[in-house]
Amino acid sequence: MQNKSTNSLTKGVDTFNEADLIASLKHFLPTQTPLKDFIHHNSLHAFQEMKFYDAIFKASKIFGFEATLPLNDFRKLYELGRIDPTVLDKIIMDRKGTDGIIKWKEKVLKYPYDEHNEQRIGKLRAHWKKLFQIDLDNLVQPLLFRLLSNYLDQGISIWEFPIGNIGFLESIQQLEQNSYSSLFKKQRARQLLFKKGLSISELLQIVVGKETYYNQYIFDQQFAHKGWSGMVSAVESQPHTLLSPRKINLQDLIILELLFEIDNLDTELGPNWTALSNHVSEAPIELFADVSNEELFDVLKIWQDAFEWSYYDEILAGLQKLNQHKKLFPSTHSIKEQNSFQALFCIDERECSLRTHLENLNKKVETFGCPGFFGVEFYFQAEHAKFYDKLCPAPVTPKYLIKEYDVSEKRKHDLFYTDKTHQFITGFLSALTFGFWAGLRLIQNLFKPRMSPAISNAFAHMNEQGKLTIENKNTSDRENGLQIGFTIEEMASRVEGVLNGIGLTKIFSPIVYVVAHGSSSANNPHHGAHDCGACSGRPGSVNSRVFSAMANHVEVRKKLQKKGIDIPDTTQFIGALHDTAADEIEYYDTEILQTINAKNHLLHVQTFENALDLNAKERSRRFASIDTKMDIKKIRKAIKERSVSLFEPRPELGHGTNTLCIVGNREITKGIFLDRRAFLNSYDFRSDKEGNYLTDVMRPLGPVCGGINLEYYFSRVDNYKLGAGTKLPHNVVGLIGVANSSDGDLRTGLPWQMIEVHDPLRLLIIVEHFPEIILKSIQSSPEMYQWYENEWVHLVSIHPETNELSYFKNGGFIPYQTRAKEIHFYKDVHTLLEEAKEMESNHITHATQENLPVYLYN
Amino acid sequence: MESLIQIFIFIPLLGFIVSLFFSNKQEKLIAATAYTIVGIQFITIVLYTAYWLIQHTPTLNLKHFVFYKEGNIEIFLDYYFDKSTAVFSILGAFITFLVLVFSKYYLHRDEGYKRFFNTVLLFYFAYNLTVFSGNFETLFIGWEFLGITSFLLVAFYRDRYLPVKNALKTISLYRLGDICLILALWTSHHIWHKNITFIQLDDVQIVVAHIHENFYSVLFLLSMILIAASIKSAQFPFSSWLPRAMEGPTTSSAVFYGSLSVHLGVFLLLRTFHYWESILIIKILVILIGILTAIIASLIARVQSTVKTQIAYAAIAQIGLMFIEVAMGWHTLLLFHLCGNALLRTYQLLVSPSVLGYMIHDQFFNYSPKVYQTSNTFLNKLSNSIYTLSIKEWNLDGFLKKTFWNPFKMIGRSLHIISSFYGILSLVIIFTIGLCFFVLDRHMPLILDKYLHLLYAFLGMIIILIAFAEKKNPIYAWLLIILSQAYIVLSIALLNDQYEYLEILIYVASLVIAATLGILILLKLKKAENKLDLNDFYGYAYDHPKLAFWFLLSSLAFVGLPFTPSFIGVDLMFSHIDHNEYLLTFFTAISFLVLELTVLRIYARLFLGPNKKQTHPIAYRSS
Repeated sequence: MQNKSTNSLTKGVDTFNEADLIASLKHFLPTQTPLKDFIHHNSLHAFQEMKFYDAIFKASKIFGFEATLPLNDFRKLYELGRIDPTVLDKIIMDRKGTDGIIKWKEKVLKYPYDEHNEQRIGKLRAHWKKLFQIDLDNLVQPLLFRLLSNYLDQGISIWEFPIGNIGFLESIQQLEQNSYSSLFKKQRARQLLFKKGLSISELLQIVVGKETYYNQYIFDQQFAHKGWSGMVSAVESQPHTLLSPRKINLQDLIILELLFEIDNLDTELGPNWTALSNHVSEAPIELFADVSNEELFDVLKIWQDAFEWSYYDEILAGLQKLNQHKKLFPSTHSIKEQNSFQALFCIDERECSLRTHLENLNKKVETFGCPGFFGVEFYFQAEHAKFYDKLCPAPVTPKYLIKEYDVSEKRKHDLFYTDKTHQFITGFLSALTFGFWAGLRLIQNLFKPRMSPAISNAFAHMNEQGKLTIENKNTSDRENGLQIGFTIEEMASRVEGVLNGIGLTKIFSPIVYVVAHGSSSANNPHHGAHDCGACSGRPGSVNSRVFSAMANHVEVRKKLQKKGIDIPDTTQFIGALHDTAADEIEYYDTEILQTINAKNHLLHVQTFENALDLNAKERSRRFASIDTKMDIKKIRKAIKERSVSLFEPRPELGHGTNTLCIVGNREITKGIFLDRRAFLNSYDFRSDKEGNYLTDVMRPLGPVCGGINLEYYFSRVDNYKLGAGTKLPHNVVGLIGVANSSDGDLRTGLPWQMIEVHDPLRLLIIVEHFPEIILKSIQSSPEMYQWYENEWVHLVSIHPETNELSYFKNGGFIPYQTRAKEIHFYKDVHTLLEEAKEMESNHITHATQENLPVYLYN
Repeated sequence: MESLIQIFIFIPLLGFIVSLFFSNKQEKLIAATAYTIVGIQFITIVLYTAYWLIQHTPTLNLKHFVFYKEGNIEIFLDYYFDKSTAVFSILGAFITFLVLVFSKYYLHRDEGYKRFFNTVLLFYFAYNLTVFSGNFETLFIGWEFLGITSFLLVAFYRDRYLPVKNALKTISLYRLGDICLILALWTSHHIWHKNITFIQLDDVQIVVAHIHENFYSVLFLLSMILIAASIKSAQFPFSSWLPRAMEGPTTSSAVFYGSLSVHLGVFLLLRTFHYWESILIIKILVILIGILTAIIASLIARVQSTVKTQIAYAAIAQIGLMFIEVAMGWHTLLLFHLCGNALLRTYQLLVSPSVLGYMIHDQFFNYSPKVYQTSNTFLNKLSNSIYTLSIKEWNLDGFLKKTFWNPFKMIGRSLHIISSFYGILSLVIIFTIGLCFFVLDRHMPLILDKYLHLLYAFLGMIIILIAFAEKKNPIYAWLLIILSQAYIVLSIALLNDQYEYLEILIYVASLVIAATLGILILLKLKKAENKLDLNDFYGYAYDHPKLAFWFLLSSLAFVGLPFTPSFIGVDLMFSHIDHNEYLLTFFTAISFLVLELTVLRIYARLFLGPNKKQTHPIAYRSS
């Protein structure tokens, strides 16, 4: 479909085909949906069928954004030692051969390249300004954006769009027809609006003239406000992302925009102007024509590779060293019967540190990682809710519904959000009453921040006391086409899948915690981006509870037993939710615990608390407002307050710094300080020699972890064009997005505050298995293979027997020798954290120094 | 007790000056200085007010600092303290303190951290100067600084297009208000023949007598004040700038456009209330503006689908009600209403990003699909018409553009030919001829003596309009600005026979310095960048931050930033224009209006906006 949609454009076909144009626009526009759901994805998804470097340089040439860090920053990183000279030499040698090394090193380090990037987009439409001094964007956009946001608005405006049950353009027609005032300045465009069967090409004939320019013109026009066009296209493709449904499509938007253009041209130039192509001498530009390689691109590729491998090499050397050491001195703690408890976490890098601290506090604790929806995919309906929440990875469409009931607690309201304060008389009264209260509230917020109804609370996603419809006893029990709850069979297969995937099939401790995660934050329109990506950007509390209930179910256990998974009766699963911003954990259904387990649970909670303290301390080193040397309890309190502080634009740093994804036994990473940079997916090659489960494990890694990583990459290298810019001036639009000021375009991508600590490195996936099995597994589907083949993520295998490393390139695995000279060791995590450097500014050369090198626990 | 008032001007000024000496990385020091200073001010003012209450609320006045004295012309700072001052200053200190504490964390690691605190402190100083002012001059100084700090904070994110564009929009209107105040000042000089203080205006008998004698002049003066107040408070028809000014960090929007700055129009009316309470027509005008604004702004607020613009229009509507309250004399109610509104809007703006999470969550539980009904009835059509109009903000934005700015541009553009080497040369020659006449003053024919100054003032105005419309060469534009200033000085010199050379010297010397600095910077920039025109924004502040800073400073000095000698110059110029010289006043006023806009436009086009060199990330124009 992707290829087809770009056909007529990439081949430069002269005839205009409206459907082709729309399809190809939709392909290239941002796909970010309304902000209530934040799904991380590759910002350059449209170019994913190309190799990474070809894609980024081509996209950069077309749309004008930066594809990598600026050359100068790379050179500074080199001077700082963040890019290893030996790695750089190796990369140059690999790319340019031994002969080229001296010549290319000179170029890489010194040559003054002109980095000016002349973008292709926007050139044709710029002629209006150049030739006629008419700034069409200024004239058209404010009203156009206003109409779009009022039509799509989900609940900000008090007076809603008067006609909302029909399509966008039709609504505008009706509004215009049944009104004494007009949106247009002149008659011609208004008349055209009412014309039956009005088409884009008809309008383009008036504005542009020659057909050969049509595609270019519309691309220019729509990418002048890619935020809004992207939103329209996303809502068109996924209407369910709006709670209050709207019928809008890209075609409507383009037609209305062209009508406004005609209207303004009529006003500015009088009635006798002629189409743009009559005045343009340049031939139409083929936007998607190939980009010829430049020497600068080669230099940037070398730098990017060198930057990446400088870190990768360190981590690979660390892993190798650790495992050699472990082979020589097998751990004495791995006698599993003594385990005090086991805990399942999401693979999220933010859980990586918590797991390490738990294991360090109690050597008998065993932790596992798997995608945070815990293999149970369903829609969730909170009690009294009018809608369903999808709680599984975005591409999955669940067939199940879990309903909450027996909730006694009432939802709290916040009067400051009532629209009454914006009206004439009630506004007057509220100024006299709420006004003074607001002053007091502000003082309280500043000096004693605490949770309030206005703050997005991860724990409020599901009521702790409420009950869930987990088991389905009658498959005809359905609602809106969804089966309510899971049957025993369905439960068993899901539990089995997860346990097999992570290799937890033999030895079970008395309590197995299933810890999901979510994030609380105040004043943060992007809070969805901090929640669990595997749960479609929501907290995973329901999933952890559902999974635990399934695994505790007697009938399910019987079925599992038949499959060789024998869970003892004394073992109980307990769901929990970790708030990654506040660093707090809430446990669910603890009343089911057997007496002895209940007693031990209290001890375990203390272990969790201590681990959370340490986790808070580890996080605090990246927050300038918290002194890492402070008393650990004070740090914990400060971290919690952050998550409920209105003035804090960084309640947490989300996935910032993510670079690694390690698939394998926890044993291979235990003892290494990963600095919260690694997604950790538990997987035991021993129980999966054929790699059957590996395919399932690997499938989501590209879209989920790779998607997160690339979104951070692009938002970091060009925060203006691919990211959302600083969030301080953001203005919430229609509850669907953010824009700057009143007339700005919607901003997609991540705000500056989320990416400033991030080093733009591609994800390195490390898998503990035989190379040939891994290869077989990634080649099992073309979509999965594309991620690796086109180098959007890196892949390295650790040979389970020899510990040898090999990395994936051009369809095969090549042996890799690490070159890191020294491995750092640490004895005491407190000293390590307290002595870590804090960044001076958020420039990459400072930010990157905050990342700690790879440490091994000594 | 009076002499203590100056403390409240001194403390913020001190804070501003101290804050200049930190580097951007010393975030903790910068923030701590800022909120400590404002905190101290808050405590002091509360104690002072308490003492003042014990003293049975006397109205206080302090003549503070004389800039200039010459015959009956005296320019001095004067402070005043009464109920409104007390309320405004306490409110200002309270809100500014809280917002500064908020900003300490909110702006962490922003590239403009220091710039932000500097500007807010300068704003706070200007705010206090305004609310403590005891005469029009002092008020004007505060007013002018408020405008400049507004410009700097709206354009805080100066590397994007929209903030810069909207900053220019805001300052254009503010400048119009400033000019109205200058004209009021000028009229006041001529009515009273001295620098009148507000405490003198409290004397009803004298005021009534004066109104009686100079009814139309007073009417003119008051209309000017009303326009200035309406602009500052975004009242009809000047409302559309306010939502567009919300470009800076949320915290600055909250302080400026949610609360303090936007309520100052009400303050101006309150301060001059005794002057106009006996004039029915002004009262009716104030009420009319208030009612119209309250209705229209409420309607516009109802259709806003973005949270900040909704709050902006809701605030405007309430201020409309306050205009009515001032005119009706319900001042205690007004002060309560004003404080409540300021606090409410500050809070609402600060928590505005939360609205997404909160309302979506709310909707999740309380959604009911809207029932749409389409009918062709008159009422339905009327309601649709109002909806459409409100979406278009009742065309206020376009109306202002068409009425105020387009005529200037048209005149300037039609005479574009003058903006060339020969054009400028001829202007210099014409100027020299004028200078000769000035030197040969006594020997001039009578008819020339009568009209020559008018001719030069007119030419001065035309020249600045040409500079305003200049699109290509910033150096020509700058030269034209200098020439226009020279023409105006000459014009006034020609008018006054008993001209003191010292006055010319003060003014001309400071102009020459500023002008030279400006042209040097432009030449240096031209040499470095080659491409220099005024057709687009170039964002050279990215490449040459120092040049940008000095150019801004020289520009502000050139247009008479208060406390620069040229400010006194401007003031003196006006005091030298006689009462009946309406045409001259008109030409000069227009010139001063356009002058600042032209200078800031050059600054903005060259140094602000998206950088043209695409070697680093640059924002799309629409973002």
